[in-house]
Amino acid sequence: MNFELTEEQKMIRKMVREFTEKEVAPRDEEMDRTGEFPYDIMKKMAENGLFGIPYPEEYGGAGADSVCGVITIEELAKGSASVALTLDAHWLAVDAINLFGNEEQKKKYLTPALTGEKIAAFSLTEPVAGSDAAAIQATAELDGDEWVLNGTKAFVTNGDAADIYVIAVKTDKSKGVKGISTFIVEKGSPGFSIGKKEDKMGCRGSITTELILKDCRVPKENLLGKEGEGFKIAMVALDGGRMHVGAMAVGLAEAAKDIAVKYAKERYAFGQPIGNFQAVQFMIADMEMEIEATRLMVYKTATLRDKKIRYSKEAAMVKVFGSEMAMKTAKNAIQILGGYGYTRDYAPERLLRDAKLLEIGEGASEVLRMVIGSTVLRSK
Amino acid sequence: MNIIVCVKQVPDTMDVKIDPVTKNLIREGIEGVINPFDKNAIEEAVKIKDEYGGKVTAISMGPPQFKESLKEALAMGVDEAILISDRAFAGADTLATSYVLAEAIKKIGNYDLIFCGKHAVDADTGQVGPEIAERLGIPQITFVKSLKLENDAVVAERLLEDAVEKVTVKLPAVITTTKELNEPRYPSPIKIMKAARKEIPIWSASELNADPEQIGLKGSPTQVVDIFTPEKTTEVEMIQGTAEEIANTLFEKLREKKVL
Ligand SMILES: Cc1cc2nc3c(=O)[nH]c(=O)nc-3n(C[C@H](O)[C@H](O)[C@H](O)COP(=O)(O)OP(=O)(O)OC[C@H]3O[C@@H](n4cnc5c(N)ncnc54)[C@H](O)[C@@H]3O)c2cc1C
Repeated sequence: MNFELTEEQKMIRKMVREFTEKEVAPRDEEMDRTGEFPYDIMKKMAENGLFGIPYPEEYGGAGADSVCGVITIEELAKGSASVALTLDAHWLAVDAINLFGNEEQKKKYLTPALTGEKIAAFSLTEPVAGSDAAAIQATAELDGDEWVLNGTKAFVTNGDAADIYVIAVKTDKSKGVKGISTFIVEKGSPGFSIGKKEDKMGCRGSITTELILKDCRVPKENLLGKEGEGFKIAMVALDGGRMHVGAMAVGLAEAAKDIAVKYAKERYAFGQPIGNFQAVQFMIADMEMEIEATRLMVYKTATLRDKKIRYSKEAAMVKVFGSEMAMKTAKNAIQILGGYGYTRDYAPERLLRDAKLLEIGEGASEVLRMVIGSTVLRSK
Repeated sequence: MNIIVCVKQVPDTMDVKIDPVTKNLIREGIEGVINPFDKNAIEEAVKIKDEYGGKVTAISMGPPQFKESLKEALAMGVDEAILISDRAFAGADTLATSYVLAEAIKKIGNYDLIFCGKHAVDADTGQVGPEIAERLGIPQITFVKSLKLENDAVVAERLLEDAVEKVTVKLPAVITTTKELNEPRYPSPIKIMKAARKEIPIWSASELNADPEQIGLKGSPTQVVDIFTPEKTTEVEMIQGTAEEIANTLFEKLREKKVL
């Protein structure tokens, strides 16, 4: 066991940290206020190679390990949960293509996604099916050399901003999860359109939309993996996503803690800095302990992924533990800032709104606790 | 175009503490970073290489941990990096430092341009660049804010206190860079991966055939007699009067204190 980051992990952390401090953090308040997607930040991230860090060099990535990947998300989330979420969703689609795509699909779609030339999105959820993902209703039927997709998909992170969509639909309605297949769909395909843009409570610099598939025609070769393999592809991609949500939780909580600590030193009450009061110190102590515990879980999960050991349970654990930790940390940061914490002049209220998503997207805490619990019970 | 960049690692803090006994900077627990102006030097060198071809070599004299900064230079696009490190170099002032760097530059040889930051933010002397030029017997342009190559010459604008001076010199030359010169790039993740795994060669005093009289403490005529953190005072003087009177009094006071 070695708790020290390697030289490259340290260098990646330093690079992403500098990038975030300069290019991302100063923009988060404005993104939250306007709800505008930061295309310019994405362009800078692309120019600086941030889209491909933990993916193969032969497809335009940097060839770094998954620990570098979680570090990237963690550092970005210190400056903006929205920007980190954009990359997390991008990597969901990237994981699906990288792990299940054939050579042509990788050349055509993975490479521009890793260089950041194109943004990617991953779409499983529908208006009628979220946690119960097997209940999706959108369909695809083969018509000659093309698949014809129909249905409405919901809550697609990077919807509209993305050029590449990995979409799960039913190719066999008579089967449950085994009837689901995934397709790579390009924006602008005939019959493909963007529906409603969600007006969210947090992560407002990330864009979430509906997708409308109306006789949407996709070339036959855009089936990802095998027919009927879609649910498995989605679950494997979500393992990576949940790990990255854990990393987001660490970064977000770290940002909340920094503000709380600074404030606790500067704010005077009863003739002394409020940080002198044990009640405040205890909140800060909890923040420190829980952030560190989550970080270690996240890095360990990434290490399992690098060793190609299945990490579904660990990914679910870091997501539940991390998202609840981020909520608590943001909430206590507001408490330490008192009345000011409740205003938009300070970041903690925004961080709390951002953190709430982490308990819902990519598997609600209740559902993931079932995954963790049933895995434990099965193995004992 | 063969370019050499001199890089120094400095403490990443404005709040430098000094050991009251040894009078050295306390480096423990403080991360080292590339001297900010040296980043402008690296950026300019890499930019010129990208345009004209050639090779950029970064050199640094210092303890083994300075390797970190050289690796970052590699990740920014520098081709080669050499650490010049030896216990015998310890305690060097600017004269001894420029001697060692100049010897290393001679050993590398075949250079067209040498870049240094205008000064290092820790010691603040700004002497090493000019001294290297003198030791190599080549022209120098200091405080450069813009730069252009024209055939075998370099045309540069120098950022002076109240003026900008345009200077042309023949290559090879030493350039010292200001932050106005460019916006340093971020290290690239792909290059980070290569840099992290690269072995950085270390040149010692004997590899440079350095004259023992001119290196380290022995080669340093500067003696630091004392060094201390100036005491902070929070004395406040309120100036009363009309706006005009206040302005005049303030002006006089600032002049008295030689701020203006
Ligand atoms: C901002 C945002 C971005 C998103 N991005 C994407 C994306 O990019 N791609 C994508 O496919 N999806 C995305 N989603 C959808 C997200 O994954 C779903 O919202 C999530 O899985 C929950 O599904 P649901 O909203 O349909 O809630 P439901 O499934 O209706 O669940 C509602 C609540 O019921 C409870 N619940 C449900 N089932 C159970 C159970 N079996 N046991 C106990 N309790 C249960 C939980 O508390 C849950 O929170 C996004 C959502 C949001 C808000």
